[in-house]
Parts: sequence; structure tokens; C-alpha cells
Amino acid sequence: MTARKGLVLDVDRTTPPILFHHGEGLRLEKLPVGSRVVYPNEPLDPLRDPERAIAEALANPLGDREPLAAYMQPGMKLTIAFDDISLPLPPMIAPDIRGRIIEQVLDIAASAGVDDVELIAALALHRRMTEAELRHAVGDRVYDAFAPHGQLYNFDAEDPDALTHLGTTEAGEEVVISTRAVESDLLVYVNINLVSMDGGHKSVATGLSPYTALRHHHNVHTMRHSTSFMDPEHSELHTRNWRQGRLLAEAGVKVFQIETTLNNDTFPSQYGFLQRREWEMTPRDRMMLMGTKTALDLMSRRQARRIFHGIRAPYGLTSVQAGEVEAVHRQTLENVYRQHLVRVEGQTDVLTMGLPYLCPYNVNSIMNPILVACLGLGYFFNLYRGKPLVRPGGMVIMTHPTPWEFHPVHHPSYIDFFEEVLADTTDPEVIEQRYEKRYAEDEWYRHLYRTSYAYHGVHPFYMWYWCAHALEHLGGVIIVGGDKAAIQRMGFRSASTLNDALEMATDVVGRDPSITHIHNPPMLMADVV
Amino acid sequence: MSSEKSGVAHLGAKRSGRKKASVTRIMRGTEFPLRAAPTPRGQAPLPVNVGANYDTDWARRFPARVARRVARDTVVHTMVRYYAQPTVKGVDRLSELEGPAVFAANHQSHADTAVIVTSMPEPWRNRLIVGAAADYFFGNRVTSAISALFVGAIPIERTALNRRTIDKAVTLLRNGWSLVIYPEGGRSRDGWGQQFRPGAAFLAKQAGVPVVPVHIRGTFDILRKGRAWPRRSRSVINFGRPLSFDEGENNRRFTKRLQAAVEGLADETATGNWFAARRRLHSADSPGLEGPTASAWRRRWALTEPTPPGGASGESTVTKRRWPYV
Repeated sequence: MTARKGLVLDVDRTTPPILFHHGEGLRLEKLPVGSRVVYPNEPLDPLRDPERAIAEALANPLGDREPLAAYMQPGMKLTIAFDDISLPLPPMIAPDIRGRIIEQVLDIAASAGVDDVELIAALALHRRMTEAELRHAVGDRVYDAFAPHGQLYNFDAEDPDALTHLGTTEAGEEVVISTRAVESDLLVYVNINLVSMDGGHKSVATGLSPYTALRHHHNVHTMRHSTSFMDPEHSELHTRNWRQGRLLAEAGVKVFQIETTLNNDTFPSQYGFLQRREWEMTPRDRMMLMGTKTALDLMSRRQARRIFHGIRAPYGLTSVQAGEVEAVHRQTLENVYRQHLVRVEGQTDVLTMGLPYLCPYNVNSIMNPILVACLGLGYFFNLYRGKPLVRPGGMVIMTHPTPWEFHPVHHPSYIDFFEEVLADTTDPEVIEQRYEKRYAEDEWYRHLYRTSYAYHGVHPFYMWYWCAHALEHLGGVIIVGGDKAAIQRMGFRSASTLNDALEMATDVVGRDPSITHIHNPPMLMADVV
Repeated sequence: MSSEKSGVAHLGAKRSGRKKASVTRIMRGTEFPLRAAPTPRGQAPLPVNVGANYDTDWARRFPARVARRVARDTVVHTMVRYYAQPTVKGVDRLSELEGPAVFAANHQSHADTAVIVTSMPEPWRNRLIVGAAADYFFGNRVTSAISALFVGAIPIERTALNRRTIDKAVTLLRNGWSLVIYPEGGRSRDGWGQQFRPGAAFLAKQAGVPVVPVHIRGTFDILRKGRAWPRRSRSVINFGRPLSFDEGENNRRFTKRLQAAVEGLADETATGNWFAARRRLHSADSPGLEGPTASAWRRRWALTEPTPPGGASGESTVTKRRWPYV
């Protein structure tokens, strides 16, 4: 059956309450008559034979690349880098597409007699992946063949002996990446392009780079000039990454890029109601919705979190392309847009969004207040092409419990950022100037990043910068149903109910504002015209 | 006076303000998700997943199979014993049958399926599906679920060829499930049979399984077309020898052979003389299932002629009806 396109629903008196995500919970909210609800496209039909599609992509690369087998020679150095735990969201049902691709790449290498192979989880400044997470990503066969010999490992952006400075771009951006990648005869990068931000030169130039290289695009100026960072053509983030990537190529790093796109079949059947339009929910869906909502309301946040983080997405592969980075990425983007773009006419005064339990940085972890802000104002706000869904000076209303709660192992610097930095100021520019360097070079955070499972000391700054474009664009942010103190710490306003929030928003946007709700997830990207 | 008036008015208001509790009012008061949300204007409703599109896979999973088996061996068995009192014949003819088969029976009544599933010998008894009219048994979600769960029914289109239902039935046959199907395409209107359609032959050929002709007698009076409540009547179910496709035989010819086999079983049941019935069958002299080509009353009249001595073993001797009472 052909997937139906997304739609913009005009709310009238008969429109049912709309399902809002609310962290590890759900809300049903009645939107005012005249509001709009943007629903995502239905999941595209997945490829019937992913294995064959991968094999064909490797044998018929795009751009100026030869078939992968042509690069494989005995005695060569082969490095395979792959996206880390932040993709896809939620983690997909095994086998993960990365593992499928890596197995085929390794098959080709094995048949050519390649001995020197290393696999690197390209996590940049993210936390290291655990053994279980690595096993899920690459599969047990690959893990057992390489990890015991130290040939499958997490990238370490703070290991001075494992990084190589390749030069500086014409705009002054330093290019520093993994030495192993530089010294390899071939660097194969295995991507999951869940959103249009992912992939392209961003893969290597970000995933295998340290703070000294990342700071050139992970900063307030870049984020404010990325409108949006989900639209590479209008993204300063991508422009800078592309410059770094091209310098990499000029320096002789031969990248064989493999990019994959997934459909937005995000939730398994028992949670199928989460991706159903309300009026199309079957009695079973409605029963599941009521039962799940009631159960989640009754259980502790910890229990609810355990349930939600156990969700594995039944994503289907919609395309796989391999070859030269830019040629591959052009095709990838088309496939991502095919799944995500929903045409929306005109901007809105008030944008509402229900924030789920998960963002790229809290897989198997806690969604702390900074990540709540990042998910809403960084990711969801930026899921537009053309112009923002909300007008300049408009309001964003998000629903999330926003607990004052942090994962002490994964997010140690977040705790200090929240307690120290945000207590001082919420202005991204001031934060950048006053605090960034200290956190980035802090020895304790560095130690935790390298030896524990902590995000890098500078990571919470980047999360805040991710919000910079929205914070500059918006007239205000209201979080519904959240921890008041945590919300106020971030400079936002809290409301108990959506109606209260809409009432409060009128102080900024005037009476009778236009209201638009994005029904996300499953993922959608507003093509605002 | 004025105070009295106001008091009365107050009472009136109270009376009119009090609403009687009723199920309808409660249902009207409920909202999504307790009740389904209306399809917004301008949006096409989803195609309803009933009829031939109904997915019955869930009804063949272990819990559903257990539920069906328990229901069959308790409630259905008891009701069949009470209403149909079936005599089962011809099971010995299945002794050499291995693997799944299509069981093709004449169709008189809703009681037919209950009689067949409770009379079916092992091992086919527990891996049995029933081809049921998609438009009738799978008309809505409730009847679809009941049919799938308690009967093991799968939807079969009887008016058109539906690739999905055919593929499903063939896949199940290949996976070891046996299928009960009524090649007449529906229940008898007047007690006489109807010409067999080639669906059973087609499915058997596609799946590469034999077809077992089955004749059921006596169920028309139990729950005939147009009757809502069952009545008691003795019945006889007679299993025939499995038929396989001959070299080069097409569906049409096979269907004729199948219908002849069922007519032979009917003859055998009615006359009680297996050898005579076989001779008539081989000389193409078996009385047909379809009855005389005549007006309705004469067809009905023909059904009520007395049964010859020794026929329809086990059948009540009070209502003596001559074969072909089918």
C-alpha cells in the first residue's frame, strides 16, 4: 500500500483531543477551534531486500568512486567508522542497519585478504558506547571478531596521540581528525540519516573530530545563521562542515561514504497508536492508548523510563547509497525529504509541540532540562525548510515534565552547567564567551569522557547553542506540566495546562493567535511556504 | 402568592435540570479515546479492514487455537450433540490421507460447519480452517473476530476472484492447515443442493493437496437459510475417498468429479447401499444434488417423499423423506 502523505488538519468542533507526548507520559489536549495540526507522512514502503540493496550500492557507487571491492587490497589499512548511539531514535530492532552494512563491507575486505581493519564508533564528544550498545549497532559477529583484539572501539576526542591536524580551511576552521582515519588507505563511513542534518561531510568532519575542530561550527554564531540546520543549503553548520570535509579530501583522506535512509515507522505494533491519526485509531489502539496513559500516570518516572527506553523501532530501510560523499548525500537528502517533508502554508503565532522521552543524547539515560530545551528548541523548532513554522516573535509551547534530574554518569557537566552557568545567564553568547573554554578543558570532565560514559564537558554548551536560533527568533517559550524551578532556571515560563499556556502566550502574540501543533514523532519536517 | 409562585418555579427548574441517567446519554457524553473520533471533513476514512481484507493470522496463534479447541470440545460439541446428533461415516476412507487436504462439503445450514469440525478426525481436526463468505461472516469487526476465533474461518470471496484470499488459503494449505470449503458458494435456498463452483479445485491444485468429498445430510432443518434459532434434527456426515488431480485434468473437470463424488456419498447415505450407490456413480446414474428443474413447490415436494427402507441410517423414522434430501 502506498504511504499517504502528511496533512495539515484544521481543528473544528468535532476534532478529538490530540495526543501530545509528555516525556515518559502522554497527554490528550483539546486544541482551540481554528488551530492547525501537522501530521507526518506515513512510513514509506521499505526496500524488500535490504541485503541486495546494500550489495548493489557497494558495487555501483556514486560520484568518482570505484566499486568498494576495487579498493580492497592485501596489506591495506581499512577503517570503518559508524554513527554512534544517537542514531536512530529510538534504537532500531535488531539487526541494526549499520551491522548489516558493516558485515558486507567486511565480507568484501575478507575476500580481498585485508588484514588491517579497525572499526570506530564515531561519537565525537558524545559518551562512549557500552558493549551492549556496540553489539546492537554492529552485531555480535562483528563485535566478537574485532572488539577482543582492540580493533573495534569508541573514538576518543581527547587522545592527543590519536589525532592528526590536517590544516586550516580558507575560513580559518581547523581540521583535526582521528589519526587512524588519516593513515588508512580507505575510510568507510556508515551512516544512518534519520534527519536531513545527518550525513555528508558532517559524518567524518564531526564524528571523528575533537573539540578543537568542532568549535568552529558548534557555536552560537553558526547556529544562529543556520536557518535551519536541518536544511543543509541554508545551514552555516553544514557550510563549515563542508569546508572541513573538502579539506579532508584534499589532504588525501579517501572516504567511501555509505548513507542509509529509514522510513518513519517509529513505534512497534503495541505502541502503534503513537503514530496513528486520532480518528483512525482502532478500538485496540484506543484501548492501548487509555491503558498506557493510565499506567504511565500511575507508575514512577523511573519505571516509565525503563519501559520507554525498551522500545525498539521497526524502521524499514528506504534507501542506501554509497560512494563519494557529496554525490551520495545529494541522493540521501532527496530520500530523507521524501519521507519527512510536509507542506505547510504560512507561519503561525504559536507553535505547540509534545516532546517525547527521547532525544539523541539520552538514549538509555535521563532527559534532563537542558536536553528538553535542545529537543524542543533545537531539533523540533529547526525541523523546517523555507522559514520557521512560527513567526518571528511568536511563541513555542512545549509539553514535557522537565524534571530537575540528571544522569550523574552520562551528564556530569550538564549538572554543573545547569547549576552554575544557567544560574548566571541564559544568553548563549555570554555563556560561550564566559564559560565554554573552562568546561571544554576541564580535566575532570575530560577524564570522565575518556574513561567513563560521560558526555564531554563542553557538550551541554552545544545543546544550549542548538537552541540559539530559536531563542533569538521567538518571543517566548512556555513549558506545560513541567518542573517550575527547572523551567525558570532556563528562562522559560511554566504553565499547568495547555489552556493556561495559550492564555499566557496572548500576552506576547496578542488575542486570537494562530496556533499550529506539530504531531511529531513520527518525524516530520515542515516545508513552510 | 409571589413566594408560592417562585417556589413552584424553583421546583420546575429543579425538575427540568435533573437529567435522567441513560446509556445513550452516557455514551453521548464520552469523548475520544473512549469512543472513536469522527473523521475530519475533507479526510478520506481509512479502508475498513474487514471482509476479504480481514487479517486472521492472530486466530491461528497458540492462545487462539487453545481457545478454539476448548470451545469446540465443550460448548460446540454439546450443542452439536443436542441439535444435530450426527452419525459419522466414512472416516476409514481417510486412513491413507497424509498431510493437509481440502474438505469439500455440500452446504445446507450454518450447522454444517459445527458438525464438520466436531466430526473431523485427527490429525486434521486441530489444524483446520474454514472458508467463510467474506461478505457475510467478515462483514464487520465483531463477526469477523468471532468467525476467526471460534470457527477458524478465513475470508473467501464468493462473487469475485480475490488474489489476497486465494494466496492466503494456498499458503495455509501448504503450511499444513486443512481447509473446509463449501463449493456451492452458499447455503441451500430450498433444501436442494447447488452446482459446485471450481474454487475448491483451484485451491487444491495451487496448493498441491487432495480434496476430500464430504456429504452432510439432515442439517437443513436445524438452521436453514432464514431461520434464526436452531431446531433439532438427526444428521449424517459421510467422508469420501480423497481425490487428486489426474494428469492434465483441469479445474472444471475436477469440480465435476468432485460434485459426482459428493452425489455418490449422498446416494450412499440415503439408500444405505454402498455398492448400489457406487454402481450408479460409475454409470453416471447418481441422482443429482440439484433436484428437479421445476417450480418451487414441486422441488419442495420432491424432498418430502418417503425414504426407502434401510436408508439414512440413524435418521428419524418419523419424517420419512426420500433421497435426495440433502
